[in-house]
Amino acid sequence: MTQSVLTADTLRDWIRKAADVLSENRAYLTDLDSPIGDADHGNNMQRGFNAASAALPPGEDPAAVAKAVAMALISKVGGAAGPLYGTYFLALAKRFEGAAPLDIDALASALEEAVAAVKKRGKAETGMKTMIDALDPAAVACRMEATQGGTVSLAVQAAAKAAEAGASATVPMLAQRGRASYLGDRSKGHQDPGATSSAMILRALADVVAGR
Amino acid sequence: MKKLINNAEDVTVEQLHGFGLAHEDIEVHSDPTFVSAVDGAQDRVAVISGGGSGHEPLHGGFVGLGMLDAACPGQVFTSPTPDQMVAAGKRVAGDRGLLQIVKNYTGDVLNFQMAADMLREDGIEVRNIVIDDDVALKDSLYTAGRRGLGTTLIAEKVCGAAAREGYDLDRLAALCRKVNIFGKSMGMALTSCTTPQNGKPSFDLPEGEMEIGIGIHGEPGVARTKIKSADAVTEILANHILEDEAYTRALPEWDRAQQDWVDVEVKDITFQSGDQVIAIVNGMGGTPLSELYTVYAKLAEVAGRHGVKIIRNLVGNYITSLEMAGMSITLVKTDEEILRLYDAPVNTPALRWGC
Repeated sequence: MTQSVLTADTLRDWIRKAADVLSENRAYLTDLDSPIGDADHGNNMQRGFNAASAALPPGEDPAAVAKAVAMALISKVGGAAGPLYGTYFLALAKRFEGAAPLDIDALASALEEAVAAVKKRGKAETGMKTMIDALDPAAVACRMEATQGGTVSLAVQAAAKAAEAGASATVPMLAQRGRASYLGDRSKGHQDPGATSSAMILRALADVVAGR
Repeated sequence: MKKLINNAEDVTVEQLHGFGLAHEDIEVHSDPTFVSAVDGAQDRVAVISGGGSGHEPLHGGFVGLGMLDAACPGQVFTSPTPDQMVAAGKRVAGDRGLLQIVKNYTGDVLNFQMAADMLREDGIEVRNIVIDDDVALKDSLYTAGRRGLGTTLIAEKVCGAAAREGYDLDRLAALCRKVNIFGKSMGMALTSCTTPQNGKPSFDLPEGEMEIGIGIHGEPGVARTKIKSADAVTEILANHILEDEAYTRALPEWDRAQQDWVDVEVKDITFQSGDQVIAIVNGMGGTPLSELYTVYAKLAEVAGRHGVKIIRNLVGNYITSLEMAGMSITLVKTDEEILRLYDAPVNTPALRWGC
């Protein structure tokens, strides 16, 4: 199945899928968070996305779906990840406003604006060993597909792949933001848990669009 | 793990329930969770704070007459979420606005920022002042910056008193910023601590070793060394604080004209001979009070050697890390304004004088 547009239904399926994937990977994410954080990322993401799944509104408006997800994440994730993922979905909601159904251009713009909002909120840039290292290349990959006249299906696949590569690339990085930054050189050699959960969330979108 | 708990998932809820029963001047609210003083702040600026649980008495123990109007506790070592601050802010803030005192941890800063944005949409004017007084960390370029330690307690005391004197929001924010740049802290740990959720120590600190400059969640400090005498440890921390150079960094504040968060450049003080200070010798939870007095004796001596006079002091457990053994030292330079407000009456579960 290929899709040329994203609907509110796809977004709801995305969040449910992301909740499943994050639950399956709860222990893995928490293990990643143990050496360089405070060993709660998996628990927090599972709790947050389960709450987001439960809060999904009906209807055809993708902006309303993204907004509800944002509010659930903000109040249920905790730590730094709650406001950062909340900011991401709030920015998506803002771009989705009045834009349904979402074509590839709208999606590319939404991912770009969402990354920009997270960068601003977290005062982070690419290469600082944060979720930006997954979200930023994903937005770039999506835009590239849009520029080349690709489909939504291809774009979300490219975004997921770029996010996964970005998450892997955080391993040798020196953490410069968040609690891991206090470790200095000792933060090197560990994959960033936030970049990892970001890649999982974008992979969930690709899988849902591909009918998996 | 040996703890007086029932179920690891419910510890904060159960502890807050008991806290509310024990202190009749405090109301405990759930869904979302916050604690507030029974007497309101309708005719003055309200002051709130919050942070992860596990640092008691911070912050709930400082809610009450002359200090905080409300506090928002998160899960153990996890920042509270914006819905908590929004509910607390709406409960206690009147027309004159709300000051949020925020310790500099990424999660706390971001959650309080989002709360401020949401409260502003509801018509409540909010200012956030970040406290970052931990001199163990040197730079903010490659890290999340210095952490918030004991100066937070002095900021809450002084700003709570100032709000009662009738300070407006801008003046109160300026005062809070001043307390932050007048205060410096540093901590050390003899043991690790265990959160109920994880059930095992947050970090490994072998017998015979200590960590200097540790954060209140066990974040690493500047050095791990063989354990030294109380006097030697106190010398290290006190000298670090007293000789720390002025630290310049950018802290996020809401700019009313631009209607956006902007980075405000902040430069703190260096202690000078002749300074008069408030000193805190703070236990991390697992160190007996008697040992803290040993530290205090040495601190007074080292400060005196620098020409710095301790004119007020707090010795005890104020910002803890569960059952961690260790301590932190805070020195806050005073002026007439800070001293007057510090001496003003206070009546909270953990701090009480003059009434």
